[in-house]
Amino acid sequence: MILVITETKLTAPGKFNPASLEAVAAAQQLGAALQLPVAAVVLGADDAALAGELATRKLAKVVRLQNPALGAYNPDVWVQSLVQAVSQLQPRYVLFPHTYQVRDYAPQLATRMAGALISDVTGFRVENGQPIFLRPMFQGKWAAEVAFTANSAPGFLTVQIGAFRGDQAEAGAAAAPLETLAVTPGPSPLHAGEVFQEAKQAVDLTQAPIIVAVGRGIKEPKNLDLVRELAAALGGELAASRPICDSGWLPMDRQIGSSGQTVAPKLYLAVGISGAIQHLVGMKGSRTIVAINKDPEAPIFEVADYGVVGNLFDVVPALVTALKNQA
Amino acid sequence: MKILVCLKQVPAKDAPLKLAPDARWIRDDVSYEVNEPDAFALEEALRQKEAHGGEVVALTVGPARAAQVLREALAKGADRAIHVEGANAHLLDSYAAAEAITRAIAGESFDLIFTGLQSDDGGYGQTGVIVAELLGAPHATIIMRIEPGGDAKHIKVKRELESGNFQYAKLPTPAVLTIQSGINKLRYATLMGIKQAKNKPLAQVSLEEIGVGPNLNRQTVLRLVPPSKRKGTTMITGTPKEQAAQLVEHLRNDVRL
Repeated sequence: MILVITETKLTAPGKFNPASLEAVAAAQQLGAALQLPVAAVVLGADDAALAGELATRKLAKVVRLQNPALGAYNPDVWVQSLVQAVSQLQPRYVLFPHTYQVRDYAPQLATRMAGALISDVTGFRVENGQPIFLRPMFQGKWAAEVAFTANSAPGFLTVQIGAFRGDQAEAGAAAAPLETLAVTPGPSPLHAGEVFQEAKQAVDLTQAPIIVAVGRGIKEPKNLDLVRELAAALGGELAASRPICDSGWLPMDRQIGSSGQTVAPKLYLAVGISGAIQHLVGMKGSRTIVAINKDPEAPIFEVADYGVVGNLFDVVPALVTALKNQA
Repeated sequence: MKILVCLKQVPAKDAPLKLAPDARWIRDDVSYEVNEPDAFALEEALRQKEAHGGEVVALTVGPARAAQVLREALAKGADRAIHVEGANAHLLDSYAAAEAITRAIAGESFDLIFTGLQSDDGGYGQTGVIVAELLGAPHATIIMRIEPGGDAKHIKVKRELESGNFQYAKLPTPAVLTIQSGINKLRYATLMGIKQAKNKPLAQVSLEEIGVGPNLNRQTVLRLVPPSKRKGTTMITGTPKEQAAQLVEHLRNDVRL
C-alpha cells in the first residue's frame, strides 16, 4: 500500500491545502506504476471537509486520525500519531506534500521509523520493479536520481509543490470508505503559539489563478504602478522576486520563490525577472508562464511558454492597452 | 549558553558545476563558500553568546578543504571548532550526516544546536531535524528570532510558516533550531579576529573513527542528470504594440482569459 498524508490549510482549517491533492495525484501515479493501492490519511483541525473531499477520489480508503491533541499542529504530536498510523497500516511508501509543516516533522518521523525521507520529489520511474525518484540538487542546476537503500523501510517522500497536477488526482467510481483511527500521542515539551501575520494585507498567492510578478528590472518603486495596472487589467495578484521585497518595495508576503511562496497558477507573468533558481522553484509549476525581459539570455525564458524580449517600460503599457481594448 | 553551530561548505553560488566522471556528484575543482543559512546560524550563535554569555563551537562534516569554513567561524568569534573529516562526506545522506554530527559531539552537552534550514548543494533540509531526533531533543525549524523563554531552561523562538505567517513557540533546552537566512545581519571577520583564530582549538575527528560512512545511508544518489527543460518557448517579436497584441491573442486561446 501507498499512504499519502494530507494537510488541512494553515490559515483556513477545514479547507484543503491544494498541495495535498497534488500529493494524492503523485501517489496514484506511483500506485499505478507499482500496482499498489493508495490510501489517504487526514489529521488536524476541522479535518471533516478534507476527509469528505478525499473520499471522492480513487482511494482504497481515507483514514481520519482522532485525538483531541490534533487540534493544532505540534511536531511531536504529529510524529507520534503518524508512527501509530504507519505501524498499523504498514505501507511500502508514505507520501507528503512538501509544505513547511511537513518539512518540520517528516524527517523526524522517517528517522524514528528507520526510514529515509526523499524530499522535494518532482517525478519517478520504475526500473526492475524498483522506483527511482527525481529531485533537484544544487538549487536546480542538476537533478538527482535517488533511490531508497535496503536500510530504509518504509520509504518516505515529499512531493514538490507544482510538480504534479492536483486536478489530475483521479476521481473514484464510488466513494472511498472512511475509517477513523484513534491515536494516543503523549505530551510535547514544545508549546506553539497562535499563527499570525505581520503584513497587514496578507494574501495567499497560492490560491490566485493569475499572478503578475515583478523583479529588479522595474528599477524604482515608483514604477510599480505600471505592473499594478497590468495585474488589474488581468484580474491577477501582484507578486515579486526576493530583491523587491528585501528592498521593502512590496511586502514580504508578496514574495515568490524558495524563501517566499510557491505557486502554480493558471497564468504567471514575470516582468523584469531574470529567473534565478530561487525564484524559479517557486513558480515553474505554473500552467502558462509569460516572461517579459530585455535580456534574451535570461534563465526565465527557459521555463517560459511565451517570451517577450523587450523593454518592459514599452511592453507593459502596450499590453495594458491591448487588454483593455479586448475587454 | 553552550551553542553548537553546524556549517557546511558548498559550491559558491556562481560556480560552474560540471559532472564528476561517476556522475554521482560534481567536479571538485570549483570555488567553495559556507552554505548561506549556515552563515546566519553562526551569526545568531555569536549574538546569543554576546547577549547571554557562554561558548560557541563550530562543526563541519566534510573533506579537508571544508576546514576553511571553520577557520572563518573562528575568525568571526567562535571559541573552538570540530572538523569531522572524510573524503567521501559528500556521499552521506541527511541521516548519515546527522549520525556523524551526533557521534562527533558524544560526551559534550550543548544547550542549543543550530543548523541552516537547508543546504545549497543537496537541499534535503533534514539534517537539523534528524540531529534532534537522534539526540531525543525538541526542535523548531525555519527560525527568525530567538529570545529567552522566561526561565533559564526555556527559549522562545519565532518560526516562519508559509504564506507570510509566523508563530512563536516555547521549548526547553537542550534544543535544535534550523535557522532561516535573513534572521540577522552578518558580520565580517576583523583582522584581530583572524589573528586570534590561529590560536583557537580546531579538533579533528575522522568519519572512519566514529564509524560513519555511506553504508549508513538510507537513501542514495544514483546519478545526476540535467534538469528537464520545459517545452520550447514561443518567442514573440515585433514592436511593443505588436508583441502585446500577439500575447493577448495567445492568452485568450491558451489561458481563456
